[in-house]
Amino acid sequence: MSGLALVAHQFRFDQKAFWRNPASVFFTVAFPVVLLLIFATVFGDETVDVAGGIETTTYYVPAIITLSVISATMQSLAMSLVIAREDGRLKRGRGTPMPPWVFIAGRIGNSIVVALLMLALIAALGRLAYDVPIPWEQLPAIVVTLVIGAAAFCCLGIALTAAIPSQDAAAPIVNALLLPLYFLSGVFIPDDQLPSGVIHFADAFPVRHFFEAFFSAYVPSAGGGAGLEWGNLAAVAAWGAAGLLLAVRYFRWSPRSG
Amino acid sequence: MPDPDLVISVRGLRKSYGEVEAVRGIDLDVRRGEVFAFLGPNGAGKTTTVEILEGYRKRSDGEVSVLGEDPEHAGRGWRERIGIVLQSGRPDPYLTVRESLALYAGYYRAPRPIDEVIELVGLGAKAEARASSLSGGQQRRLDVGLALIGDPELLFLDEPTTGFDPSARRQAWEAIAGLRDLGKTVFLTTHYMDEAQRLADRVAVLARGEVVARGTPEDLGDRESQPATISYRENGHSVELETTNPVQTLNELTGKALAEGRDLEGLEVTRPSLEDVYLSLTSEGAE
Repeated sequence: MSGLALVAHQFRFDQKAFWRNPASVFFTVAFPVVLLLIFATVFGDETVDVAGGIETTTYYVPAIITLSVISATMQSLAMSLVIAREDGRLKRGRGTPMPPWVFIAGRIGNSIVVALLMLALIAALGRLAYDVPIPWEQLPAIVVTLVIGAAAFCCLGIALTAAIPSQDAAAPIVNALLLPLYFLSGVFIPDDQLPSGVIHFADAFPVRHFFEAFFSAYVPSAGGGAGLEWGNLAAVAAWGAAGLLLAVRYFRWSPRSG
Repeated sequence: MPDPDLVISVRGLRKSYGEVEAVRGIDLDVRRGEVFAFLGPNGAGKTTTVEILEGYRKRSDGEVSVLGEDPEHAGRGWRERIGIVLQSGRPDPYLTVRESLALYAGYYRAPRPIDEVIELVGLGAKAEARASSLSGGQQRRLDVGLALIGDPELLFLDEPTTGFDPSARRQAWEAIAGLRDLGKTVFLTTHYMDEAQRLADRVAVLARGEVVARGTPEDLGDRESQPATISYRENGHSVELETTNPVQTLNELTGKALAEGRDLEGLEVTRPSLEDVYLSLTSEGAE
């Protein structure tokens, strides 16, 4: 098989394994849906003082899509690669004629496809349950923003595996990094309720930049223009590039334990 | 390669980790079609050596040729010709036996038919079962199947039955014995004497990074020339005689007993077992 056909082959089996794994389906697919339902139920009647005042649900739909994309990429990749590494599957794969990058490319493809599915799912849910309009005219900006973010967070997820010593440590480390950033970056708590110091702090990290870029793409009244926030996207891409460099340097194929 | 029948050739192999020398000058020859066992206790350097042969680790010194190539610099074409079963490893728990084999079949240019491999490793009844539902022995056999799917000439098995219960070991042994019938060359590491005895054509015993004995399982450590022990009981005391000529000693002993009308209670002639030879070889000079 050629390189591309091999990636498609690997992707096909990664998809099977992904959808059969209850943990990955729950945390990547069901959990964001539950979060949206909770936030919409608790804060549904309020408005958010962003972009001249918008409905809370209009705020939370792009926020939860942001979380879903990061979850499908950085979180899901870091966990599944550490599990495969510690189970010896990465090392075993290296003993076959398959070029190692094919394995990684299959997993990245899996993450990006799941991220796009989550975009469709949350957007549809927002439209049907909470009347949050789907900004069809913004679709190119939405997809470009999502793919840049997904690629960057994939790189960060792969880099992060180097800091995770065992399967048991994977979930705690990933959550310890991401959960605070979701709170500080306005994903869980709307911008207008966060002190400006917190926002400045969050500006140092990619979650905040990706959320701002995605929010502008999804809620056109917030940004204006084509909905592409190149400044934020550049920050996200820079984080991704740093992740890629670290991944190339520190990624391990052999189990750390045993 | 001067000798095309030589599948693995190793001369003066050394590997150090910092100050520690794990492998201290090993020579090995493995010929086409044989099952070669690399036997030694834990920490003797078996896995280090086999991982150098598999191309996972770099050596510190020495010459290594596997299928005519240096594993450190061998590429995809070389990997098409070898199969690897690592010491520990689990197949993807969410894929079935057939799916895992189909996944790996895609990595090779000319894989064996999947159904044939399923039969070879005796997983016909479990073909549609997910790996998570297989027993340890069955997972190991799937692992052997994954190593066979590319139809390799040479298979590496690193401690294929460590930690198995007796029935799982027997299942794994049957799968490995079947490999010889396929004409594969097998390089096996183990710390079980009986495993080497059961499966191997030739054995090299490794201790503290060096080969301390080599040969067929039968003549390993020159077992035939070692003194035999004759033991029996006489007047309630047990008597043991060591002899290098047990036929003659036994003849004298029984002739005398018969002439005197005595019985030799519990009469037994024992040779050092392979286990004894192995233990004495691997413990010499050890702390």
